[in-house]
Amino acid sequence: MEVPVLKQGKFLIATIQAALSDADLENLRRGLVQQVVRFRSLGVIVDVTSMDVMDSFASRTLREIAHMIRLRGAETVIVGIQPEVAFAMVQLGLTLEDVATALDLEEGLAYLNTKFKSLD
Amino acid sequence: MSAGEIRVAINSDQDIVGARQRGRTLAAELGFSSSDATLIATAISELARNIVSYARKGEIKLQKMENSARQGIMVTASDDGPGIPDVRQALRDGFSTSGSFGLGLPGVRRLMDEFEIASRPGDGTTVTVKKWRP
Repeated sequence: MEVPVLKQGKFLIATIQAALSDADLENLRRGLVQQVVRFRSLGVIVDVTSMDVMDSFASRTLREIAHMIRLRGAETVIVGIQPEVAFAMVQLGLTLEDVATALDLEEGLAYLNTKFKSLD
Repeated sequence: MSAGEIRVAINSDQDIVGARQRGRTLAAELGFSSSDATLIATAISELARNIVSYARKGEIKLQKMENSARQGIMVTASDDGPGIPDVRQALRDGFSTSGSFGLGLPGVRRLMDEFEIASRPGDGTTVTVKKWRP
C-alpha cells in the first residue's frame, strides 16, 4: 500500500489511506525524505486520519521521519490522530515527543504557513 | 470455546495488520465500543510484532469469552522462539533486549484487563490477554 504524496508549493502532504504494514511505513520514511530533498520542501504534513492503530513501530517511524526531515531544515506536522487512537497511544505509553501535531490538514497547513511566513 | 475461535499465523510484518484487523472485527461483533476495539487492536499489534521481532513466527488466537455475567475477548500470542530469560524484567517499562523499544509488554498490560505470560528460555513464549465488555 503506497502512500500518495502531494506537492503543494513549499510543502508536501502525505495522506495515509489505509492500515500500513511495517514495510509500508519504512517505504514512506524513505520516500518522504527523498522528496523533501528533491523538491527542497520546507514543510511536510503526514495525515494519519485513516490509521486504525498507532502502535510502537508506527509512532517510532513517524518520529524518525520528523527528525530526519528536521535535519534537512524542514518541519513535519502529524495531523488527524483519531481520539481513540490517541487514547490507546497514551495507555501504551507512546508519545511523538517533540513532533508537531494538528487537528486536521487545514490546521496543519495553517501551522506551517505561520511558521514560514517570514520567508515569503 | 472452540466455536468462534480465530487463529492467525504470524510469519511476517504483513500478518500483524491482518491479525489486528480480525481482532477489531471480532471485538465489534462482541459489542465492544470503537474505543475499546482500538485498544484491543493495538494490543494485538504489539503482541504480533513481538512474535515477528523475537521469534520470527508464531500464532495469534482470538477467542470469545462468555460466562453468566459478562462477555469478553481473549487473545493468545504464542511462539516457539528463544523465550524470555527474565519475565519480571521484561514487564518493566523501558526494558528491551532488541534495543528498539521497551514498551511492549507493560503497555499491552495497561491496554487490557487481564495479562498472563508464560515463557522459558528455549521454550517459547505465550502471552494471554483478556478484555471484558463493560
